[in-house]
Amino acid sequence: LVKGVRRLNATWRRYSTASVIGTEPNRNDPYYQENKAKMEELVQELRLKTSDAIKGGPEEAIKRHTSRGKLLVRDRINRLVDEGSDVLELSTLAATGMYKGQVPSAGIVTAIGKVHGHDCMIVANDATVKGGTYFPVTIKKHLRAQSIAQECRLPCIYLVDSGGAHLPDQAEVFPDREHFGRIFYNQANMSAEGIPQISVVMGSCTAGGAYIPSMSDESIIIKNQGTIFLAGPPLVKAATGEMVSAEDLGGADLHCRQSGVTDHYAQDDEHALHLARNVVANLNWNNDQKTRIYTQKVEEPVHDINDLHGIVGANIQRPFDIREVIARVVDGSRFHEFKQLYGETLVCGFASVYGHPVGVIGNNGVLQSDSALKGAHFIQLCAARKIPLLFLQNITGFMVGREAEAGGIAKNGAKMVTAVSCFKGPKITVLVGGSFGAGNYGMCGRAYSPNFLYMWPNARISIMGGPQAATVLSLVAKDKAERGGKPWTDEDEKKIRAPLEAQFEREGLPYFSTARLWDDGIVAPQDTRKVIGLSLSAALNAPFRDSKFGVFRM
Amino acid sequence: HAGVKTDLQLRNIDKVLIANRGEIACRVMRTAKKLGIRTVAVYSDADKHAMHVEMADEAYHIGPAPSAQSYLNANKILEVAKKSNSQAIHPGYGFLSENVEFCEKCADEGVIFIGPPPSAIRDMGIKSTSKAIMSSAGVPIVKGYHGEDQSIERLLAEANKIGFPLMIKAVRGGGGKGMRIAMTEDEFLSQLESAKRESLKSFGDESMLLEQYITDPRHVEVQVFADMYGNAVHLFERDCSVQRRHQKIIEEAPAPGLSEETRQALGSAAVRAAKAVGYVGAGTVEFILHRATHDFHFMEMNTRLQVEHPITEMITGTDLVEWQLRIAAGEPLPVKQEDIVRRGWAVECRIYAEEPAAGFLPRAGTLHRLTQPTPEEFVRVETGVREGQEVSVHYDPMIAKLVVWGKDRNQALAKTRRKLSEYKVAGLETNVNFLLRLAGASAFVSGDVHTAFIPQHERELFANTGEHAVLSEHRAIQAALGYIIQSQLSSTANDTWKGISVSSNAWRPNYQLRKTVHFKFNDKDIKVNVKYESAPNTYKVQVEGGEWRQVEATLTTTDLGLQLTTKVDDKTSNVGFLTYDQEVHVYDEHGQTVVHVPRAKYQSAASSESASTTNSAASPTPGVLERILVNKGDKVVKGQPLFVVIAMKMEYVVRSPRDGVVASLADVKQGDAVGKGAQIVVLETSVLMRLFDDMHTRIDNEAIVWYAFVTSLGQYPATGYRRASTGRPAASGSQRNGACCATLRRTPPPSTLRSTCKPARLDAGRERPHRSLLALVSPRADLTRLPYRSDCRRAPVPLALLSAADLILSLETAEYQNKEARRTVGAPARRPAGVATRAARTPVLV
Repeated sequence: LVKGVRRLNATWRRYSTASVIGTEPNRNDPYYQENKAKMEELVQELRLKTSDAIKGGPEEAIKRHTSRGKLLVRDRINRLVDEGSDVLELSTLAATGMYKGQVPSAGIVTAIGKVHGHDCMIVANDATVKGGTYFPVTIKKHLRAQSIAQECRLPCIYLVDSGGAHLPDQAEVFPDREHFGRIFYNQANMSAEGIPQISVVMGSCTAGGAYIPSMSDESIIIKNQGTIFLAGPPLVKAATGEMVSAEDLGGADLHCRQSGVTDHYAQDDEHALHLARNVVANLNWNNDQKTRIYTQKVEEPVHDINDLHGIVGANIQRPFDIREVIARVVDGSRFHEFKQLYGETLVCGFASVYGHPVGVIGNNGVLQSDSALKGAHFIQLCAARKIPLLFLQNITGFMVGREAEAGGIAKNGAKMVTAVSCFKGPKITVLVGGSFGAGNYGMCGRAYSPNFLYMWPNARISIMGGPQAATVLSLVAKDKAERGGKPWTDEDEKKIRAPLEAQFEREGLPYFSTARLWDDGIVAPQDTRKVIGLSLSAALNAPFRDSKFGVFRM
Repeated sequence: HAGVKTDLQLRNIDKVLIANRGEIACRVMRTAKKLGIRTVAVYSDADKHAMHVEMADEAYHIGPAPSAQSYLNANKILEVAKKSNSQAIHPGYGFLSENVEFCEKCADEGVIFIGPPPSAIRDMGIKSTSKAIMSSAGVPIVKGYHGEDQSIERLLAEANKIGFPLMIKAVRGGGGKGMRIAMTEDEFLSQLESAKRESLKSFGDESMLLEQYITDPRHVEVQVFADMYGNAVHLFERDCSVQRRHQKIIEEAPAPGLSEETRQALGSAAVRAAKAVGYVGAGTVEFILHRATHDFHFMEMNTRLQVEHPITEMITGTDLVEWQLRIAAGEPLPVKQEDIVRRGWAVECRIYAEEPAAGFLPRAGTLHRLTQPTPEEFVRVETGVREGQEVSVHYDPMIAKLVVWGKDRNQALAKTRRKLSEYKVAGLETNVNFLLRLAGASAFVSGDVHTAFIPQHERELFANTGEHAVLSEHRAIQAALGYIIQSQLSSTANDTWKGISVSSNAWRPNYQLRKTVHFKFNDKDIKVNVKYESAPNTYKVQVEGGEWRQVEATLTTTDLGLQLTTKVDDKTSNVGFLTYDQEVHVYDEHGQTVVHVPRAKYQSAASSESASTTNSAASPTPGVLERILVNKGDKVVKGQPLFVVIAMKMEYVVRSPRDGVVASLADVKQGDAVGKGAQIVVLETSVLMRLFDDMHTRIDNEAIVWYAFVTSLGQYPATGYRRASTGRPAASGSQRNGACCATLRRTPPPSTLRSTCKPARLDAGRERPHRSLLALVSPRADLTRLPYRSDCRRAPVPLALLSAADLILSLETAEYQNKEARRTVGAPARRPAGVATRAARTPVLV
């Protein structure tokens, strides 16, 4: 105990002596005010889109649903998790702008919530949205939730109420590696890894869907409401001529009393969710693999997180000091910066979030050779010390040009990419501004498997800036035209530039990204600290694995 | 007098047995301990873990719970006294405290009875004797007749002499029993008759006395003390006028509004009275005091320590139990009359487990939650129970006495109200709210007390009337938020791993959690919408579709239990809070406000899960049929053994899944092998059973009442029906007859029921609504949870639940029955065949 106290004290001292960073902005500055106004607009838009999405399906569908005594999907989740606890819903705006806007949240809600204090991954179909059927993005979202659960070792609770695959899209949901079948593959493998799989059958589980409860470790079904069968009554009639009601074919009584497909018999939604909580309570889920969370006192940041609106703004071409963001995200705004005077375009340092240490890496400009080296060094430090990483991306890319190439930017950038790739502890990435080109890679973009990746509503993501891409393409076209001896007019240039710039702008938007699950959700700047805290909490359910780095080209 | 001696007759008391229980036993022990006297408790089965048992140095079991076999068992108690070497017995109040025989037995056994000599008890126990003694001692008595001649003629003549109104009282009576008032001469004989009857039943004696009846008088009593040496003092008076069911609930000392002369006169009359009967120890002389004139008359003398003695102690700075013990040990009175100084004002409230609104009906049960005010200087909390203990049906349902002293009457009353509001009791109904209102009633505060106070101020005092019947918005907010925060705390209280928590109120990304809390207050549904704000402990709350209010709320633990702090708009208030079972309690200066949170549907349904609907009893296992215990046509009840199967050396008794009639037996005989699931006994399927089976109802485990209209032709009523939850057709069947259904509601009823049975729908039948309303209860309904009430919003339709052995239950309006009954002569055939006639056999009103 004495040792523990000493250690804690030592930890406390380490952080409490770190210097407080950040400055108080001049809130009357027109720049600040313009930024603030623009960002607030963006946040407002985000909230509006979110409130639209969480309404679920069309009104008639909701009415039909609730008139049967069924709860709406988010109400189900609210009853499943601990009263008053925080819920980290992921990718709420998935499928935004896709499928004629008829599939809000992709028809499935994925969220990390606490059940009896344990972080659990909840995957819940929204039956009011196209009967809870699986569109391609629905599958992607389901699989993404499972992979988070697997990486973070979170017990999975599936609230099943789905008509199965969306048949018109069968080619895009059925056959491939990352399609429907992968759900069950994941269930089997997670179960094998000792990650509990729990199903609550709250509606139909037809055909493939039938395997969700069947592949679970423990499952619950609601009488006169939940059904599980490989083929529904119409198909049975077509196949064998047998006429049977859905309830007799695969209702709660059948599966709890005869087939044994389900284990618990529930009266209604509320009962089923109560039983699911009981199941979690009996998981004996102490999970000795969890990373210990430091229990030091949590200090709120010294600086007001709401200032981020005015500091950052909506214009990603306007630079800002990433330290101001760090100062509003970490405990007590305390930041122990590493190599402050070297590779200044990359800010690295130690801090804590909700009492847990994190290594923060943020961009203060384009990545140079020295900043890449610094980043690679810092990542190795965190790996050695088992400190999770937090990436704050605002990056236009690695430096280009003759000088940079001669300085070995390619190999130095590669070092950082290697370090990021091989770092096996928790990684959380937040896109607070631009995310372009290989900068995205070095700063732990989606391809580098961060445990969680979020975007701010002002963020942009694309291979390069729209104007840059347009210039590249128009130059190529001009070359080609001139080689062919054709004249190259401004008109021609415009023809190439305009649609391309428009396309880059559209596809670089956070809503385009989040619709396709390139991220785990868009978060408002003022919620960033909370989101990081909850993500960290989830990620720490998994052991902090040792990192083994590949060859660093020297 | 024989008892009077002049030399000190000191007797040693170093161990005392307390022949009582509850708060008084504890109170006596406290003083005994203070004096270094060891204490012996006695207890019945019901009091094994009672406080007085724990407090005593020794405790002995004396018998079963009924007091006649325990606390009234004089021999047993004396036996314990001898066994434990107790020199004295303190009887407390009640039980054996005024029992002459016991008192004498103590003397015979050489055990000191802490109280007056037997002669005084006897003399004062008989009303006529006591009055005679008082009269000759110059104590004013009420005009009356206390004669031996009990002939009706004599009584009537005496009555006319005294005049009306007039009180007829049993000579041996008490507690209001055997007591009648005759307002006029005409009433006299009948009231006399009834008083005699009651007295004979209660006391085995029908001797009556007559007294002048003073309308709405005050009840003022004087505490007296006398020693063995002929000294007697009084310790001023107490006013106990405000009574319910002739029992005191609030007492004060001194009596308000009396002149110093009246006080002196009362005191000296009481001392004369004590001396007249050769009194020793603590006694109380009760007087009737005229409200206006302040004339007073001797009523009776209580030869024991009274329940309300602490208020006298408070204003005189004495310990009467100490005096009792010292006087019993032969010491003289410790003070002279002139040394006794009265200062300040004291009020005592008796906290009872009772329901004031239901005629002060006593309640018994477990005190699941009990927080009492903290005793301090000038605040005494005399109690004999703790949280988790029981208020037994066998004894007085008093939970505690709250005794408060103040510099003057107003201060004492203000403090009393404050301390009363600190009482938190759940599990049992109490009179705390009532006492609070009483102590705050303007007439009471102004000192206008009299024995008819409660009936006179009924509207102001009772919970179900006036402003007390409405739940204010503020309190609805408090109840809802307290409930939410409390469930939040309890939902994770036992979890060890909590991970990182980033907010205290249900954070959600880019949206806010909304929640609706439903509860019931005074049987009214209240809906509170709550939005979780991003700032900690901050909510937006809307009560019953009203305005949204910004509220900050926190729940903290204090010495007095949970404290809920809410800031609504700019008003911050701190109130007591607790939740128990489905109840949410808010405590403020008005006392306890209780709202009920409806139990989740499944919680009530799960218990009826076993209420099977099946028609058959099947073998649970392959085995050999050992015995069949019923025959075809037998009536069986749920749980009755039907047959026995032997398998693997185990005997399985198969019981009836429901009440019903045996329709058929399988073609098997004893000794035959039967397979698993073999249907051995089949119960008849009633028409209604079939009906309900048809429905594939989703809600069959709720209690469902199906209202259906009987057509004038008397056809079978339910050819169509609607499902309760949706109002949509549940199964095939036409709506032709306008049948519809409603969910039976339990108290407290689920909130969803309102909409389920609208009058409009009832009328849809067009076939003489109401009059021929027939309701059927699902056989799956859990009928153990009666009483049910009609949910029909319109007519106050008192439904009669008519039960038949085959589980067909039908309900008819009382109106229907009455009208039918009146018309029966002409048209008996109007009753629908089958159902109603069968049903009519055993009507049970619900």
